[in-house]
Amino acid sequence: MTEPPARIAAADLTAYYGTFAAVKNATIGFASNEVHALIGPSGCGKSTFLRTMNRMHEVVGGHVTGSVVLDGQDIYGSKVSLTQLRRRVGMVFQKPTPFPTMSIYQNVAAGLKVGERLSRNDRDARVERALQQAGLWEEVKDRLKASAVALSGGQQQRLCIARTIAPQPEVVLLDEPTASLDPMGTQRIEETLFGLKKDFTIIIVTHNMQQAARVSDTTSFFYIGQMIETGPTKQIFTNPADPQTEAYITGRFG
Amino acid sequence: MEGRSAGDVIFKIALTGAALSVPTLLGFLVFELWAGSRLAIAKYGLGFVTGTTWDPVAEDFGALPLIFGTLVSASIALAIAVPLSLGVAIYLTEFSPKWLRQPVAFLIELLAAIPSVVYGLWGIFVLVPVLKSTVFPFLRDTLGFLPFFQGPIYGNSMLAAGIILAIMVMPYIMSVSREVLNAVPASQREAAMGLGATRWEAAWTAVVPYARSGIIGAVILGLGRALGETMAVTMLIGNRNEIAASLFAPGYTMAAVIANEFSEATTDMHFAALTYVALVLFAVTVLVNAMARLLIWRVGRGKPSGGQGA
Repeated sequence: MTEPPARIAAADLTAYYGTFAAVKNATIGFASNEVHALIGPSGCGKSTFLRTMNRMHEVVGGHVTGSVVLDGQDIYGSKVSLTQLRRRVGMVFQKPTPFPTMSIYQNVAAGLKVGERLSRNDRDARVERALQQAGLWEEVKDRLKASAVALSGGQQQRLCIARTIAPQPEVVLLDEPTASLDPMGTQRIEETLFGLKKDFTIIIVTHNMQQAARVSDTTSFFYIGQMIETGPTKQIFTNPADPQTEAYITGRFG
Repeated sequence: MEGRSAGDVIFKIALTGAALSVPTLLGFLVFELWAGSRLAIAKYGLGFVTGTTWDPVAEDFGALPLIFGTLVSASIALAIAVPLSLGVAIYLTEFSPKWLRQPVAFLIELLAAIPSVVYGLWGIFVLVPVLKSTVFPFLRDTLGFLPFFQGPIYGNSMLAAGIILAIMVMPYIMSVSREVLNAVPASQREAAMGLGATRWEAAWTAVVPYARSGIIGAVILGLGRALGETMAVTMLIGNRNEIAASLFAPGYTMAAVIANEFSEATTDMHFAALTYVALVLFAVTVLVNAMARLLIWRVGRGKPSGGQGA
């Protein structure tokens, strides 16, 4: 089987907090316009791995060895601007994190302000498009000036997705985006992901194996800091190569 | 069972009494101030707050220069202290190395423990000579086109009092804003940085706005201190009862005039006028605080207190 060329790829990546290696020697390639799920029990390093993809783990003092290559360029190279990198590789967090003092519109535009200067019309268009892609436009179009915290938890998370995609990144990282949501909210986010993969490369960390099976095209299984197995989701879930993967997805641990 | 419910009743009565003591004390305070100043109230009425002479010998009293001095010195203090304190607080929570945070925070809180008379003495022997020889002439040379920085330089002045007040209220504003900024969830910083914000942009777009009602609270605390501070101000402000545009000119504050003249007030009218000043000071403080609360309320509207409503 020939691999499609990866949009973003980790090679022999080891991520440390201090001297502790949370992820060891992981090598995974992520193809364009696919949803890739990272699964594994708590503490297996999947979230840390996700955060190395846009260097957010450095915010809490982590570092890495190995490389992450985005479109042929190592994001850990010395000339890489963190600001530029994070605009190309956006991130959505576990809990919705709208900026509470900003309106719905301002929240979505927050990432645009940091970056290039846009005319008012262009900015309006980008905000509308991002909200549409995140499946929130119909619900909020009449109250863009309302406070973002007036939205429900699920709406807030879709607002955060809109905020992340408004600067038009290439890769979108989602760190257990539905962990704090009810089933309805979760379903809306999952539906949103289907639409998003037309425009973005998506990597999602999830605790929920059914979710991984539902939304992803490819899946990687992590266990105690090791990337155990990666491949098409169907294969991982029906015919895993590694006995540990099989034990996890059949519910024998985790 | 009986014993426990009796204990509950006693406890409730005791706590209710403790809670009621605050408004009761406040009521007594206002009543005493009003009773003590009745003579002056009868003679001047509300015209007291617009009168500009203060002459104990001729028994002619007006408090406008005192109100002016109180408000201006407190404003100068805030104008200097707020940006500095906020800068330090933001530096300590967002940028400084971890090992530096505790020691600096400790030193700042130590500043708040220094008695105001010590600040006053330091002001007389250290601050005022420096201001008089270097800072004031420099201000007059560079900003002298503004009416605030013109005229003769005495040293003791509105500006000197404002500066000492700024130094005195900084620890309060700093340590409260530091606490408030520390309480901002890390997820807000991460959200901003995940969008490509630098640490600086994350602090300004996410952290400070999130904490803004708490920061305004810190500023109000400092303002309250600045309005009521007596000792250091009276040692540095020059104690002259006039309204001058220049900040180099001496002034007077309500708190300072009470402290200076109360022990020498021999006539009933002088005593009543000083008590009336105290009443006005009380009213001004309440008014300023009420306006500040209103500001917090308006700013905080539409935002759940301290949470993000996940």
